[in-house]
Amino acid sequence: MVEFDFFREIIFPKLMEGTLMTIVLIVLSVIPQVLIGILIAVGRVYGNKVISRLSLVYVVFFRGTPLLVLLFILYYGLPTLGIYLHPILAAVAGFAMCGGAYQSEYIRGAIQSIKAGQMRAALSLGLTRTRAVLFVILPQALRRALPGISNEITYLVKYSSLAFMITVIELTGAGKIIAGRYFIYTYIFTLIAAVYLVLVSVVTRVQKSLEVRYRYPGIESGGR
Amino acid sequence: MEESRGPVLRVEDIRKSYGDNNVLNGVSFDVKLGDTKVIIGPSGTGKSTLLRCINHLDIPDSGKIFLNGEEVHGSKKNISKYRRQIGFVFQDFNLFDHLTALGNVMLGPIRVLNMSKEEARELARTELDRVGLQDKADLYPAQLSGGQQQRVSIARTLAMNPLLILFDEPTSALDPELIGEVLEVMRNLALSGMTMVVVTHEMGFARSVANEIIFMENGKILEQGPPNKIFYQPELERTKRFMHKISELYGREDREPQVAENQDNERRDNELEDDV
Repeated sequence: MVEFDFFREIIFPKLMEGTLMTIVLIVLSVIPQVLIGILIAVGRVYGNKVISRLSLVYVVFFRGTPLLVLLFILYYGLPTLGIYLHPILAAVAGFAMCGGAYQSEYIRGAIQSIKAGQMRAALSLGLTRTRAVLFVILPQALRRALPGISNEITYLVKYSSLAFMITVIELTGAGKIIAGRYFIYTYIFTLIAAVYLVLVSVVTRVQKSLEVRYRYPGIESGGR
Repeated sequence: MEESRGPVLRVEDIRKSYGDNNVLNGVSFDVKLGDTKVIIGPSGTGKSTLLRCINHLDIPDSGKIFLNGEEVHGSKKNISKYRRQIGFVFQDFNLFDHLTALGNVMLGPIRVLNMSKEEARELARTELDRVGLQDKADLYPAQLSGGQQQRVSIARTLAMNPLLILFDEPTSALDPELIGEVLEVMRNLALSGMTMVVVTHEMGFARSVANEIIFMENGKILEQGPPNKIFYQPELERTKRFMHKISELYGREDREPQVAENQDNERRDNELEDDV
């Protein structure tokens, strides 16, 4: 159906470029996304009235608006205010802000599942609230949130394709260009689906190894 | 120097209510260096709330707390300076689940006293040794019995070198066979001169270790005095009735290190519910 030379010289390099771009988008988005998630979650649970309310507004806004619309605002809208973002930066900002809102809910759930006695014990030792959150609450909550956090990251792998809508040629975009040019849609998109599957498997692998590494007795782990 | 002659802890007219529920109705007492005060009284009397108010885990509505003559109050940042000097042992231990026994004891020295890891580890080992758990240092809370967890929590508190330690029913969540080991650690602490305020129903401990017993009911101190007085010649009829009831329930003169029989214990629980 597709000759090997054609694959090697045209398809492979293009899809490879796209894959690399996808990986760049994911890698750049993950850390800010999780950090935003932690900040917003902590703000909602432990912040004063103002911080807690602001964090809630953040979540309502970013969960309530489509990511694509957000990307359009960042890339096509902001220039009217004189702010020009590089398309990659616009995409990463959108992924981080939107994903951060979802991450914050996973993390908030985990924080609230920690018994209040843990905080009381930390405070009674003389830790400040901030230190208690950093050294007692978050280490436990993040372990519990890990499945949720990775869940959102697997979404990120896939919604990174939206970056194409603001001119970033990532995997899906690169595929669409070749598929349209050579009229081989099924072939190309099946190939692309396989690449996403591999990327998601990597995320799952990393999740698994983190879970094993940070497991402590008392956490049910199942299996084996 | 003058200051050290005054009470380590002075509690002045503490009041606390939750909505319409007045939990503490003006409680005052002093604790001197080396004192072991035992607070007794029916459940729901505000004993635990009182302890939590002392280190501002609950903020009292009014009243004053003095630690070594300095008033405990102020901003959140300020309050942690007082808290580090007041140990707190919880009914349900509250060990940090993600840390080993050693890690639990090291956390305060590292994160509050800014000790180096090596120093903190050394100190933590010493404190675990003091509660007889040197061989459990690397186990996690989930791998320890209740009695062991409570002893680790005492070691965690000791590592902060507190001026005094508050014990909030430290043996109430324990199986009867495990109570003795915790009481023994507490008894040794008292003998070594640690200043302690203990809320407990363990009358054997109260009688043999306390130098003063405080009887509370309905958020007030009804009567206080040396164990002999409270146990044998209480002034108030109410105190007498409570002491009678509680010694009937808790039976033994001194349970440690003896083991209460399970049967007794179940009966005790049932009757306690009636009483409360």
